Amino acid sequence: MIVPWGETKLIQGNEAVALGAVAAGIEFFAGYPITPSTEIAELLAKYMPLLGTKWIQMEDEIASISALIGARLAGAKSMTATSGPGFSLMQEGLGYACMAEVPLVLVNVMRGGPSTGLPTQVAQGDVMQARWGTHGDHPVIAIAPSNVKECFEMTIRAFNFSEQFRTPVILLSDEIIGHMRERIAFPSEGDLHVEPKPIPDVPVEWYEPYHVTASNVSPMACIGSGYRFHVTGLTHDVHGFPTRKEKEVIEKMNRLKHKITRRLDELEDVRMHDVEENPITIFAYGSVYRSALAAQAMLKKRKKKVGVFRPVTIWPFPDRTVKEILDSKEVILVPELNQGQLIHEVERMTKDSVRVVPLHRIDGYEITPEEIVNAVLEVM
Amino acid sequence: MPAPLPYEYKYLRSKKKFPHVWCPGCGIGIVMGSIIRAVDSLSWEKDNIVMVSGIGCTSRMPVYVDFNTIHTTHGRALAFGTGVKMANPSLNVMAVMGDGDSLAIGGNHIIHAARRNINITAVIVNNDNYGMTGGQFSPVTPEGARTATTPYGMIEPGFDVCNLMEGAGASFVARGTVYHIIELDKILIKAFRKKGFSVVEVLAPCPTNFGRANRLGGPVEMMKLLKENTINISQAKAMKPEDAHGKVVRGIFVDKVSIPYDKRYEKLCEKARNSAGASR
Ligand code: SF4
Repeated sequence: MIVPWGETKLIQGNEAVALGAVAAGIEFFAGYPITPSTEIAELLAKYMPLLGTKWIQMEDEIASISALIGARLAGAKSMTATSGPGFSLMQEGLGYACMAEVPLVLVNVMRGGPSTGLPTQVAQGDVMQARWGTHGDHPVIAIAPSNVKECFEMTIRAFNFSEQFRTPVILLSDEIIGHMRERIAFPSEGDLHVEPKPIPDVPVEWYEPYHVTASNVSPMACIGSGYRFHVTGLTHDVHGFPTRKEKEVIEKMNRLKHKITRRLDELEDVRMHDVEENPITIFAYGSVYRSALAAQAMLKKRKKKVGVFRPVTIWPFPDRTVKEILDSKEVILVPELNQGQLIHEVERMTKDSVRVVPLHRIDGYEITPEEIVNAVLEVM
Repeated sequence: MPAPLPYEYKYLRSKKKFPHVWCPGCGIGIVMGSIIRAVDSLSWEKDNIVMVSGIGCTSRMPVYVDFNTIHTTHGRALAFGTGVKMANPSLNVMAVMGDGDSLAIGGNHIIHAARRNINITAVIVNNDNYGMTGGQFSPVTPEGARTATTPYGMIEPGFDVCNLMEGAGASFVARGTVYHIIELDKILIKAFRKKGFSVVEVLAPCPTNFGRANRLGGPVEMMKLLKENTINISQAKAMKPEDAHGKVVRGIFVDKVSIPYDKRYEKLCEKARNSAGASR
């Protein structure tokens, strides 16, 4: 037994991702070594042969994500893990997976950039790359865990989303969460929902791989199951064949968009702590959320009250909720491990009278609770 | 009553996807015909055949054949194919690629596919240039040749595809042409049967771009060049080196027994399970 179901254990964030992948039923992993994500590949190299599932180290990250797409087309639930520079290389395959609608999970354990940057240190510099890294309009789902337990749970969630929405899902972890150790209580095996791979139930001759449905998602047949079809990165019709007919192109592009934007409720996950009653909110995600919670507690002791708002699903951005809840605030402090990325989304969704104040840290170290406390005191 | 269709039609998406995109006189369609004949003589089920391709004129082939088909990104056919083959080793996977696709942008993937000995057949249609984008030079364009990006002549030496693949560890390496079609059919059958990474380089004319830029004549003249400028491997062996000079050799250069990657991986799983059992 690889996943210690029902036990409590002290484990690392990256280890939790590897175990989460096993719990989600991963059948194929392809990757390329890169700090600070490597433990995920290393652990799966140990686990997967024991399970008879497939693991491979490819010649680079482009090959890794390409292999992932091939494997999922042939029916294997697939995941890769990387960091900034590898994430950049994977954008090509990510776009293909969006276009061809192939589910897969891409774990990005963020480190300092640009380029080789700070390989062993933390950053949240890939937030916008996660949204707009590959060319062209495309749907994106990205979720950001904040602790080791979430690394486990959200890896499973990423797999589930990828199957439900038939699209790649990015797990945006970071160096702090990836390398930190925490005690986590594993659930019992049956307690978790693992989304099965949807399979078509129509006769072979009726099958349309990109059939238009109410949910904008139709089941993807596996290669070898008797449903023969064509897959391409070219804009295609419902059969998967390239098209340049205006109506079909527009239909395809809109469907890609709507399969996310019309099901936002299923994707949105925000955590709010005393947000509604306080005029000041700290907006934080990923590892910074931990510091935000600690800062909130420190401020409470000094009789100063602030709220903490955390988006768990970063993309699609929780537009509606941010507008509804944060638009009435006086100040929103946005601490980020970058020079300001998700802050623009907060600004976009709030009126001009709301002061949206950045707090950056870009030297490869965490934003401490004290720094957040000081920033709050300054704006109070 | 209409005459029955030739058996090749069984393997084509003939009703929906034709006419094809290739120029009159292009060699790629001939390669497709040869692949279909090879597949038919092996009695492979269409459901179990996967054709992957990259980007380029050759890589449009998957649209036309009634297999499981994946038209991937530029250069990545073998990386996609590796995933397919590992996920389901019972599938027969072939990758069709042009010279630029497989050897320039896909160069890293093809040497590692060969080294890994993944059980895939790579068919490289070599027409000396990038056809689809208007005839730029590729890693096999001969020295001195004119292309859209070598207006003063090619100064880089080209790859010898078969030597490269042999050096990288492929289990089967062969070269044919679209003129010597019976020979090509036989080579492809052997390549498809091979357990391990097999590569077939097929010399083909691109009259529209390479032919025109180098004043090689039309399709017929270019076919004649394939006939005149190439010799069979047994002919080459019998010839004096000076007579064979300048001729391109056709035939099978490597045909060795080597355990393919999927089998090695199976063994690895056994080993892992045994050692886990022993340590318990
Ligand atoms: S451009 Fe050349 S390779 Fe492409 S279809 Fe035309 S003749 Fe064939």
